[in-house]
Amino acid sequence: MDTVADWFKWLYAAHGINLTIFYDPLDGNRFLRGIGTTLGLSAICIALSMVIGIVGAWVQGARSALLRRLVQGYIQFFRNTPPLIQLYFFYFAVGSLLPRVTDMHGAQVPPVSNITWAIISFSFFAGAFNVEIFRAGIEAVPRATIEAAEALGYSRLKAYIHVVLPLAFRVSLPALNNNLVNLVKTTTLSYAIGVPELLYAAAQIWSEVLNVREMMNVLLISYVAIVGALVLVMNRWERAMRMPGYGV
Amino acid sequence: MAWTPDQPIIRIADVHKSFGPIEVLKGVTFDVRKGEVICVIGPSGSGKSTLLRCVNALVPIERGSILVEGQEVNDPKLDKLALRRKVGMVFQQYNLFPHKTALQNVMMAPIHVLKQDRNEVEARAIALLRKVRLAEKAAAYPGELSGGQQQRVAIARSLAMNPDVMLFDEVTAALDPETVKEVLVAIRELAAEGMTCMIVTHEMGFARELAHHIYFTDRGVIVEHGPPTDFFACPRDPRTKEFLSQIL
Ligand SMILES: Nc1ncnc2c1ncn2[C@@H]1O[C@H](COP(=O)(O)OP(=O)(O)OP(=O)(O)O)[C@@H](O)[C@H]1O
Ligand SMILES: [Mg+2]
Repeated sequence: MDTVADWFKWLYAAHGINLTIFYDPLDGNRFLRGIGTTLGLSAICIALSMVIGIVGAWVQGARSALLRRLVQGYIQFFRNTPPLIQLYFFYFAVGSLLPRVTDMHGAQVPPVSNITWAIISFSFFAGAFNVEIFRAGIEAVPRATIEAAEALGYSRLKAYIHVVLPLAFRVSLPALNNNLVNLVKTTTLSYAIGVPELLYAAAQIWSEVLNVREMMNVLLISYVAIVGALVLVMNRWERAMRMPGYGV
Repeated sequence: MAWTPDQPIIRIADVHKSFGPIEVLKGVTFDVRKGEVICVIGPSGSGKSTLLRCVNALVPIERGSILVEGQEVNDPKLDKLALRRKVGMVFQQYNLFPHKTALQNVMMAPIHVLKQDRNEVEARAIALLRKVRLAEKAAAYPGELSGGQQQRVAIARSLAMNPDVMLFDEVTAALDPETVKEVLVAIRELAAEGMTCMIVTHEMGFARELAHHIYFTDRGVIVEHGPPTDFFACPRDPRTKEFLSQIL
């Protein structure tokens, strides 16, 4: 462990490349917590945005025109506005409307933390795209296949769960893949409301240590690794869901 | 009045059905008795598929009555599940679930819809696949099967629900001549076991051999019907004569 730290100290002394995160425990911890926050934020937003996508796509097939129009409005709103403004909107506009609550130390604090607003904002942002992505997948499921399920006694919900969704998922995966990659990258915006994710941690470090160039490289490499891991998992999933003989 | 097996299992009375301005069924009336095999023949677009689809409530009818084991299909309070347990349907395009193996295709509905025990269903599904001579293809996906094999899986899938009546809608129309036979063999065996069958077909030889009664439809009405020997030997209506002369 120490040898790693020593090597990076030497690297700084000999070449002027200052990667404090590898030898300064404080910066190291900040950085790790930043990665942890980014991963956690991404994972929660991915899960929630997929739930929103599935439910939204289901509602878009509903009989109620009002429900359908509500979902359509939601999609338009989140797809046609910049995610940073959405985040500000939730954090500053909606957040300030909520009454303050007293925390365990007796202080007056907002009832919803900044990270929660980030989760809400990004989940709805990516969810809007997921609704469209899943809907396209659902529309690609042949009417005749659904009819076959109906003829076997499946209700609309059961056919949706056991036939339509599994098939729609397969069609949707490439587009979903793109959107989730985008979502992970979008989490950096939460820097703007002070969520201590990866970019925030890096900025904290470089503003103290003045190693902007080094931390920029670290940031880029970190995101390549995180997004690469996500793509790997998605590709695995895609392969596992492959339908032999269909090439999908 | 409760239905008893000595009454017709299906009673179709004065059924009318339109799609928009086009009246597809213009008052169709006939009965099917238990254990009877009836064949419906007629030119393309005469409403044969529509008639079958009305029987298991895949399309609603506007006027008339369809009783299946005494249960009115044209009833807003119809229990569709109860109806579809009694009525199995096999389609021209097989419509298997492409993301499931042949065995899973057969097992799905009894497990999802009837909530039957998985082990018991699996044993029955294997027996059904053996019956349609596909035991060795249990683990194959639909995309890996020939048309004739897929159609036999579709028959097994339908039989897994233990229906009292089977509807076949031009089940060999999409197959090449060699594979037509293997599907017809499966249906012939089913008929020999006493299954009530409503068969829409263009296979006149098959209809002549298997049917107890033949119905000829044209433009939404039944033009002529009778036992196959009479029907083919001395058709009375000029439209029947013309149709038979074209097809034989
Ligand atoms: N869902 C639908 N919407 C609108 N029109 C329909 C629909 N289904 C069928 N039709 C029309 O109803 C008519 C009868 O169709 P149907 O499929 O019952 O004929 P068919 O006798 O089975 O013909 P084929 O031998 O070609 O299968 C056709 O004119 C068809 O275009
Ligand atoms: Mg047809």
